[in-house]
Amino acid sequence: MDTATAVDEMGGDMSQTVATEGAFDHEKASQAFVGKVGEIAVDNPRMTARKVNVYYGEKHAIQDVNLDIGKNEVISMIGPSGCGKSTFLRCLNRMNDTIDICRVAGEIKLDGQDVYDKKLDVVPLRAQVGMVFQKPNPFPKSIYDNIAYGPKIHGLVSNKADLDEVVESSLRRAGLWSEVKDYLDQPGTGLSGGQQQRLCIARTIAVSPEVILMDEPCSALDPIATAKIEELIDELRENYTIAIVTHSMQQAARVSQRTAYFHLGKLIEVGNTDDIFTNPSHKLTEDYITGRFG
Amino acid sequence: MSNQNQTEKRAIDLVNASLKKRYAKERRFRHVGQAAVIMGLLFVSFLFISIIGNGYTAFEHTFVRLNIEFSEQEIDPEGKRDPQALSTANYAGLVKAAMRAEFPDVKARKDKRALYKLISSGASLALREMVLANPEIIGTKKEVWLVADDDIDMLIKGHIDRNVPESDRRVSDKVIGWVEQFESKGAVEKQFNTTFFTNGDSREPELAGIGGAVMGSLYMLLVTLALSFPIGVAAAVYLEEFAPQNRWTDLIEVNINNLAAVPSIVFGLLGLAMFINFFGLPRSAPLVGGLVLTLMTLPTIIIASRAALKSVPPSIREAALGIGASKMQMVFNHVLPLAMPGMLTGTIIGMAQALGESAPLLMIGMVAFIVDIPGGPFDPATVLPVQVYLWADSPERAFVERTSAAIMVLLGFLFIMNFLAIILRRRFERRW
Ligand SMILES: Nc1ncnc2c1ncn2[C@@H]1O[C@H](COP(=O)(O)OP(=O)(O)OP(=O)(O)O)[C@@H](O)[C@H]1O
Ligand SMILES: [Mg+2]
Repeated sequence: MDTATAVDEMGGDMSQTVATEGAFDHEKASQAFVGKVGEIAVDNPRMTARKVNVYYGEKHAIQDVNLDIGKNEVISMIGPSGCGKSTFLRCLNRMNDTIDICRVAGEIKLDGQDVYDKKLDVVPLRAQVGMVFQKPNPFPKSIYDNIAYGPKIHGLVSNKADLDEVVESSLRRAGLWSEVKDYLDQPGTGLSGGQQQRLCIARTIAVSPEVILMDEPCSALDPIATAKIEELIDELRENYTIAIVTHSMQQAARVSQRTAYFHLGKLIEVGNTDDIFTNPSHKLTEDYITGRFG
Repeated sequence: MSNQNQTEKRAIDLVNASLKKRYAKERRFRHVGQAAVIMGLLFVSFLFISIIGNGYTAFEHTFVRLNIEFSEQEIDPEGKRDPQALSTANYAGLVKAAMRAEFPDVKARKDKRALYKLISSGASLALREMVLANPEIIGTKKEVWLVADDDIDMLIKGHIDRNVPESDRRVSDKVIGWVEQFESKGAVEKQFNTTFFTNGDSREPELAGIGGAVMGSLYMLLVTLALSFPIGVAAAVYLEEFAPQNRWTDLIEVNINNLAAVPSIVFGLLGLAMFINFFGLPRSAPLVGGLVLTLMTLPTIIIASRAALKSVPPSIREAALGIGASKMQMVFNHVLPLAMPGMLTGTIIGMAQALGESAPLLMIGMVAFIVDIPGGPFDPATVLPVQVYLWADSPERAFVERTSAAIMVLLGFLFIMNFLAIILRRRFERRW
């Protein structure tokens, strides 16, 4: 019924805007829903984000986002292109520090520890909160070295045999082992796009992060490789926490327990995946998941 | 197509109509480019042809065969074969004696002096060397090829015209007669000029070589490389990767760019004031030259290195940081190896610049007349471009070809260095 009132409000607002006849004004609509985003908190949160605002120079990319990510939970983030999913994800392990013009305000905590604390060392943070980037970015080194680099710098292995083992198991879990096992000394940059994506996933899980942020990990994968990655996500969930950005509703529905819908830098709605997909309480969410927008 | 109705035209017809114009434009542009390249090539080949045409003869020198009697009386009257005595013996006397024997009818004092001048004063050194290496030859008679004087060399090479009147010529008719006598016996020959590569500078063109200048250049470049590469790379890495972006770093950046454009002679003055007058380092030393050229090449290397670091894609940095590498690890394990070829290219280009530099070195006394080949960066030395400058200033005809030959050697080194830079770039280009 919220939806109905909102639409009514919308209609009232429409008259004051310069929007063209019959067009749906998403900006107004998203403003209308502030504060009614659903259950942002969970019982046992791993990470909590409160009043997070992100600016790229003048551009306000994320506005007042509040969201918890629970232990042993897979949360998927969906929304139209450019709505700030990647930006939000990158805040969680401070990858936005690398962008000069990017400024983050608000509070993000990992196990109650403020991530943006000045005294916090980002090295262990990123070892704990690993990330798979939207664009595959293998090192221009061998496949083996791509995977081995993380465990080596963190001192996770003590000898070559252990390292070999980590490399093999990481590649296996990412569904890449059978394709590359004979070419481990070939450059990782020589792989196909989808293979590179899986290589980057393998590289991330090789350091056993407790929280894994995945930015469209399956965007270049065929259904079989996608199934393999989804299997991996399911398996990882038993011990870890995963936040995944995806453009595939089916994937979000398959792998995640909770889903968050972003729109133009705002968190519009968050809730149990089943609820979101079967019974979205917001017009924007409904339009997006039913394919009318985005 | 033009008589067709506008509204009925399909897009492809419009495309086809525009094609002709586009191709014409493209052709025109190609022609302009080709013309520019041809012009450039013409100038360069003109330069090369004139240098090589002037200089290639310097790689050969005229030698005269003489029957030298290594008389014991002259070399070692005491017969003890004492090396000290052997090295101070009058070898010039041997040459003179041989010449007298060759031309017994030359009696006048003046003529005799002219006769002795056919052979270079360096010939006695060659004889001494022979005797010291093998004292056995004392008391024997032997045919030896000796270095001819530079005027004779020029005569043989045809740079002195035998047909002009005697008064207009550096070589008298009498001398020409003697030379022709040698020629008729087959006792004159052009041989490869090793002296040119092994000797230092000399007042006598036939004894002058680039050995000293090459060694001087080498020591100087070693000093420059040893200082400017690590300092340049470290500065570039710090400025690009670690330094905060603020007014100070902006100021530093502006200053570095300015320094790259400062005339090199200013660095020479600075070197003179600072290294020689203030720190008291020796004049004319490759060390000081290297320090001055370090100042000069640093901006080039820093700018090239920063550009190389900038060109490493940010995704590689993110990848490293994303799995928890520290900034240091990111830079040294991933960014630096990728930027290294660019840095090396910049360094080699900087070194090539340094190798070809002469103006600042004039300021710190590397323009002195130095005969000895330097044995280290502290010995007085000169360098190739300065040697070219010195010889270009000398009046003797024989120095003209030596100047061009020295330029050819310098260009050879520059060519090798730039070629190396290109290979490096090719080899490591686009590894991501
Ligand atoms: N490095 C940057 N500099 C400036 N603006 C940026 C930068 N990265 C992202 N933005 C802006 O922030 C907004 C959010 O971008 P973001 O990459 O988070 O979108 P997204 O939801 O991940 O989109 P997609 O689904 O296409 O990946 C965009 O409007 C974009 O223009
Ligand atoms: Mg994105």
